[in-house]
Amino acid sequence: MSEADGIMRLRQPISVTYNWSAGPNATSHLNGLLAGTLIGKRCPSCSLVYFPPRNGVCPKCARVLGDDVVVGPRGTITTFCVVNVPFLGQKIKLPYVAAQILLDGADISMQHLIQECEAGDVRIGMRVEPVWKDRSEWGPSLENIAHFRPTGEPDRDMGVEAGAS
Amino acid sequence: MARRDVAIVATAQRPNQVGSTLTSVELILPVINEVIEKLGIERQKIGFWCHGSCDYMSGQPFSFVAAVDAIGAWPPIIESHVEGDGALALYEAWVKIQTGECDVALVFSNGKTTSGPIDRILNLQADPYMVTPLWPGFDSLSALQARACLDSNVLTEADMAEVAARSYRDALNNPIAYAKENVTAEQLLARPYVTAPLRAHDCGVPVDGANAVVLAAGDAARGLAERPAWIRGIDHRIDTQRLGARSMTESFSTAVAAHKAGVGDDRIDVAELHAPYTHQEILLRRAMNLGEGTHINPSGGALVSNPAMAAGLARFAEAAESVFSGSADRVLAHCTSGPMLQQNLVCVMEGE
Amino acid sequence: MADLCAVVGVGQTKHASCRADVSIAGLVREAVDRALADANIGIDDVDAIVIGKAPDPLEGVAMPELWLADALAAHGKPVFRVHTAGSVGGSTAIVAAQHVMAGIHGTVLTIGFEKQSDGNAMWALSVPIPFGMPVHAGAGGYFSPIVRGYIKRSGAPSHVGAMVAVKDRTNACRNPYAHLHEPDWTLEKALESPMMWDPIRFVETCPSSDGAMALVLMSEERADKHAGPKAWVHATAMRSEPTAFAGREQVSPRAGEMCAEDLWRKGGITNPAKEIDVAEIYVPFAWFEPMWLENLGFASRNEGWRWVEDGITDIGGALPVNPSGGVMSTNPIGASGMLRFGEAAMQVMGKAGEHQIDGARKAIGHAYGGGSQFFAMWLVSNGKP
Repeated sequence: MSEADGIMRLRQPISVTYNWSAGPNATSHLNGLLAGTLIGKRCPSCSLVYFPPRNGVCPKCARVLGDDVVVGPRGTITTFCVVNVPFLGQKIKLPYVAAQILLDGADISMQHLIQECEAGDVRIGMRVEPVWKDRSEWGPSLENIAHFRPTGEPDRDMGVEAGAS
Repeated sequence: MARRDVAIVATAQRPNQVGSTLTSVELILPVINEVIEKLGIERQKIGFWCHGSCDYMSGQPFSFVAAVDAIGAWPPIIESHVEGDGALALYEAWVKIQTGECDVALVFSNGKTTSGPIDRILNLQADPYMVTPLWPGFDSLSALQARACLDSNVLTEADMAEVAARSYRDALNNPIAYAKENVTAEQLLARPYVTAPLRAHDCGVPVDGANAVVLAAGDAARGLAERPAWIRGIDHRIDTQRLGARSMTESFSTAVAAHKAGVGDDRIDVAELHAPYTHQEILLRRAMNLGEGTHINPSGGALVSNPAMAAGLARFAEAAESVFSGSADRVLAHCTSGPMLQQNLVCVMEGE
Repeated sequence: MADLCAVVGVGQTKHASCRADVSIAGLVREAVDRALADANIGIDDVDAIVIGKAPDPLEGVAMPELWLADALAAHGKPVFRVHTAGSVGGSTAIVAAQHVMAGIHGTVLTIGFEKQSDGNAMWALSVPIPFGMPVHAGAGGYFSPIVRGYIKRSGAPSHVGAMVAVKDRTNACRNPYAHLHEPDWTLEKALESPMMWDPIRFVETCPSSDGAMALVLMSEERADKHAGPKAWVHATAMRSEPTAFAGREQVSPRAGEMCAEDLWRKGGITNPAKEIDVAEIYVPFAWFEPMWLENLGFASRNEGWRWVEDGITDIGGALPVNPSGGVMSTNPIGASGMLRFGEAAMQVMGKAGEHQIDGARKAIGHAYGGGSQFFAMWLVSNGKP
């Protein structure tokens, strides 16, 4: 059987609309983004600070995260990749650097874009800071930050932590 | 067939609600912590974890991966996931314990049916070439089945309304049930059709829910519960899905599973049947020969709160609780999956 | 306490980027019919069916095992579905084996499949989540930073990934079922392959495939009466950990190490590098071969890349890895893990044809998924434990 035999593939687009919940534990984090502040949360059990407060819980301790903690805005690149592949839904021009950034005061890195430098100059340990979009474009999203850019500070030695989250 | 005695020793269910703004992790975390606290055991004593959920209900591929965050999976754990109801996850955990690889297993499930159009989402379980493109909807498929049952005099609309009235009245005594009403079958029959011949009361109410159940083997179970609900038989079977190829008026797979699980060996005090539609409860009762002596769905069942993918495990929790409390000695828990009762899991549990 | 379990039949489809000639059911049935023929039994001899596949949005069918019941002649039988992300093919085989080891069923058919051409895999693997930052770019965007971490930590030279890629693509030419048959790769040519997700080159990534793998498992009682070669399951192991937490080691996740330790302990293996004859390891990006060699306890920390350079993992080396061509040559996601498990079984059954490792007695199948967080492994042998 093939298309040549007159058997065609059926194209059947599926559309389902969802109401997505960020969850109440993410509220202060999202409100922080609306105000241009980076807010993470501290685990009441292990004291580590999560940014973003992923699902509102500490995955190691299975506890709801506790106090809000302001982190960043500067951070350090723990690892990165240079993306050269286009894919559906991608909103950024190629090539670009997607980096894991450990914000100052946070204990887990988050992924964001690095711009305003050559992809080849990006390195593990590089210090970066956020560049915010125009306030008129803000919503409750990390997309309020257009990208991160190098601060010019000396690199941090990430040692054996390189590649770890 | 089973070589190890395995029992449900604790359960936890969150109150069923509509329009929850919690994430799946936030739905699950409290029930997992609650069931562990009830047992007073260290998390590390749990030798196996198994989760039931459905990506299409979350609208996100790999949605179950986040649920690992609710477990506290550090140090790493032995864990698995079924794309389906938590009752099937319970079956996998029961198999695992039978191999002797672990003694205590925690099973959990979550169903957030109000975050997307559940009638349309469940439609995606049908034949993708011939049925899904017609978008019949899950209620409509069930209505076809109900119509077939009515036309062949297997049941009447009054019988269906009796099922609903009993469920809604029983739900008045269940604090976590969502829909509840002191109502008679006569009153219900005066209400309009939604998808004829189904009225609103004939269709389970889609809600958001989560639950967790702990299984334990032998002495571990005796040490964890005063009166464990011992699994005496458990089996699941599937029917063909093809609409024209199976009987709409009986549930063959339920009958086979019930026979394998030993339902007919003795009386059943309480049967928690996962029947999302009123006529399906009647088909299930017939397939398992459940008579007057069996109290069907004292919780109100899936008709009054139907958190899809968690509603089957909820039946296990409810049935086990009736053994824990001593209000029943021999109970039945059932879970269905797929359109028109396509797949059925039947379990018989007993107190000692 | 547990019974023994043996693989008595293995069957897989011809894998391709688009199997437009078959439906999903036809694809699954192609693998099933080959496995049943290999086992010399009929579908009516099967007691239960355990199916695994990766996310349902890849094809757009929710819980397709329900609909597939017809194609599998499953009416009146148990059909069980497993979904544990990329490790699913492995965990499905393990769940199936446990049905036998628990004494519940004597003959179990297990299947892993994916028909990625029926949907959009790149979309399904990167659905943008509201409130987040959509900077990732599919699985490569996720795993490439981890590879960079490994390169930095181990001091591996940058050509190691390309070496693995050339080996696997060359091996695949000996496997008639493999998706990619590209005999002309050389290291020189591979190093010219464009950077997709720097430091991952195009040649160092896996394809997107349609395909299925099916295995017939039997209890000891039945297998003993069954003519033909068998792969006895000596050990199975699974471990999981969260996707992300502060301080998580992503290059060599603890869950993978623990899973391997458990496998070796259960299988009575004290020196895996010496005792294992062949390994089918889940390597969707070439660099994961050296990383998993370390994680599994074959090579010591930061030494895995030397095994690649020294040709230890070649066919003819001391530990051939992925003689079938592996995930690097064939990747129907939901089947990829079971392909590893099934290829390991084929090796000890002596059924691997052109890519057979002479005298293979003990082999492992390995699968992982999610953010390198779900692990499933089995150890099979031509003799009973």
